[in-house]
Amino acid sequence: MIKKEKMTKQRFIHFYRKLSMVRQFEEKVDELFRQGKIAGTVHTSVGQEAVAVGAGEALEEKDLVVATHRGHGHCLMRGAGLKPMMAELLGKGTGLCKGKGGSMHIVDVRRGMLGAMGIVGAGLPISVGVGWAIKRQKTGQVCACFFGDNASNGGPFHEALNVSALWKLPIVFICENNLYGLSVSVNKTSAVQDIAVRATGYGIPGVIADGMDVFAVHDVVKKAVDRARGGAGPSLVECKTYRFLGHSRGDPSYGPYRTKEEWESWKKRDPLILLRKRGNLTPEEVGKIEQEVSAELSEAVLFAEQSPNPEIGDVLDDIFA
Amino acid sequence: MTSSHERRDNLIMREIKYAEALREALAEEMRRDERVFVFGEDVALGYAFTVCKGLIDEFGPERVFDTPICEQTIIGTAVGAAMMGMRPVPEIQFCDLLPMCMDQICNQAAKLRYMSGGQVSFPLVIRSPGGKWGSFAAQHSQTLDAWFMQVPGLKVAVPATPYDAKGLLKTAIRDNNPVLFIERKLLYQIPGPVPIEEYLIPFGEARIHTEGRDVTIVAIGRMLSEALEAFKLLEKDGINATVLDPRTLIPLDKNAILESVKLTHRLVIVEEGPKTGGVGAEISAIIAEEALDYLDSPIRRVAALDTPIPFNKMLEDHILPDRYKIVHAVKDLMST
Repeated sequence: MIKKEKMTKQRFIHFYRKLSMVRQFEEKVDELFRQGKIAGTVHTSVGQEAVAVGAGEALEEKDLVVATHRGHGHCLMRGAGLKPMMAELLGKGTGLCKGKGGSMHIVDVRRGMLGAMGIVGAGLPISVGVGWAIKRQKTGQVCACFFGDNASNGGPFHEALNVSALWKLPIVFICENNLYGLSVSVNKTSAVQDIAVRATGYGIPGVIADGMDVFAVHDVVKKAVDRARGGAGPSLVECKTYRFLGHSRGDPSYGPYRTKEEWESWKKRDPLILLRKRGNLTPEEVGKIEQEVSAELSEAVLFAEQSPNPEIGDVLDDIFA
Repeated sequence: MTSSHERRDNLIMREIKYAEALREALAEEMRRDERVFVFGEDVALGYAFTVCKGLIDEFGPERVFDTPICEQTIIGTAVGAAMMGMRPVPEIQFCDLLPMCMDQICNQAAKLRYMSGGQVSFPLVIRSPGGKWGSFAAQHSQTLDAWFMQVPGLKVAVPATPYDAKGLLKTAIRDNNPVLFIERKLLYQIPGPVPIEEYLIPFGEARIHTEGRDVTIVAIGRMLSEALEAFKLLEKDGINATVLDPRTLIPLDKNAILESVKLTHRLVIVEEGPKTGGVGAEISAIIAEEALDYLDSPIRRVAALDTPIPFNKMLEDHILPDRYKIVHAVKDLMST
């Protein structure tokens, strides 16, 4: 548990700023997508911010992250700039990936954001290689590997957990269980409802965290990170969470496969509301943070909108090193 | 035999087997660069085809190690480690198992650099044997080279001799990009001249084994030795063939093939994989696009029939290309 003396106002404000950053970023992305300014598809993490923020805060600067197609929050938590991120989502030449990756592949390798995987489950085997290299290079880093509940139904999850447990690799596997894989309830896809129990099969700790409570996520992940860094091997952390928006483009928040009642019950446990209560944040404090974040974000959107498209002549660059 | 690209006259040659040549390449590169490591199924003991045999004695279990049977995670491990600056050389025991790790090869290793706008590179080499082993049937005998020519970001090498195997593998390990290095089961125990001195073979340079003016035979992998036998049979009938091995399919030495066809005006392409959508289809299309006017007769492709590889030896031999089928194709061309 977090010690009492650490739970200062400053700390609550720090965490709130991060949550607000991811929330506002994602809401802006959704808005830009609906306006047709972001092409293709986007997967936003509105509702799930506490996972990216809580876990992100449990990592050190030198640590590494392999994330998912719903990876904007993880990228932000690694410290990627708002401007290059927003520019990437708009497909601009100034984007983090020069407009070649987009929402599903947004990475900032220099900041330890190694992967946002468009293929469900693909990041798990890659994290094994990252963990193996950390161990061999003796850098003392830890790799946090994020994935969704439905990825745990696929082969790569089981292969990766087995071999990383066998080799005692410094990895923390973080399952964001938002209860739905695409439009399908975890009830209909998974033989167990607590993904964490799958850790038992690989002889590693499997812990459930309240994925709406940023400090709960932080504490559980921190413990797993310390364990990994200490050489005791990987852990599986399951964060029970919920996405407030649809799976991706045009998918409504509720209706076709989620009930309004279910959605409303989770909305009551909005990670920002929970933190406001717990930290006794005043409306003034909250308003100030949200305004600051909003101003920063507006600048980023402006930068992205004014940025040029990539040069056609660069389209063949970066295929080979 | 002559080589148009390598000066081999002043090198001291000795005969070693294809598998030994590969092992020498691995050992030399592991000595040279401690970031290089090999792993896979049965690698510590050097099964199934002896390439990695004994490497563990020199380099230890940290750099030569066995994995569970989980091809997807074998290649995923290589992708992650490569991203961290290591130079992994995983082995996939049969190329028929490449479909098990297709996502990591084609969607991850080959694309992550491009999708990141060049933020990271993936220096990894996937070694895997293809082709006939002899009554190993449909899931352990395939030749899948052509599949991987459609994956931008991936290089593909198919060495046909011990000399090429060693020189190309050393180059592959030093390359900063993902390389699929497809070996051939029936070649592993075949000896050939390999220099004692160190040498490298660049990717994208074909090797011209014989120079004749009547026909160009492009042969890939084990089909090179069949083409060279066909060359001898044709010579008896007064037909002089150029036998050319591209050695790497990506990048492909298209100029060498074009130049040769412009001299011989006839082209036969020989590969062990199925004919439809094969390597020969791509090479034929290049010639059709860029040198059609030079051809005196239609192009012929000598390839496997479009069928799963049958178990029965007689059936297997029937569907696979060989020297006689090459001779037949060439004679057919010469008569048109």
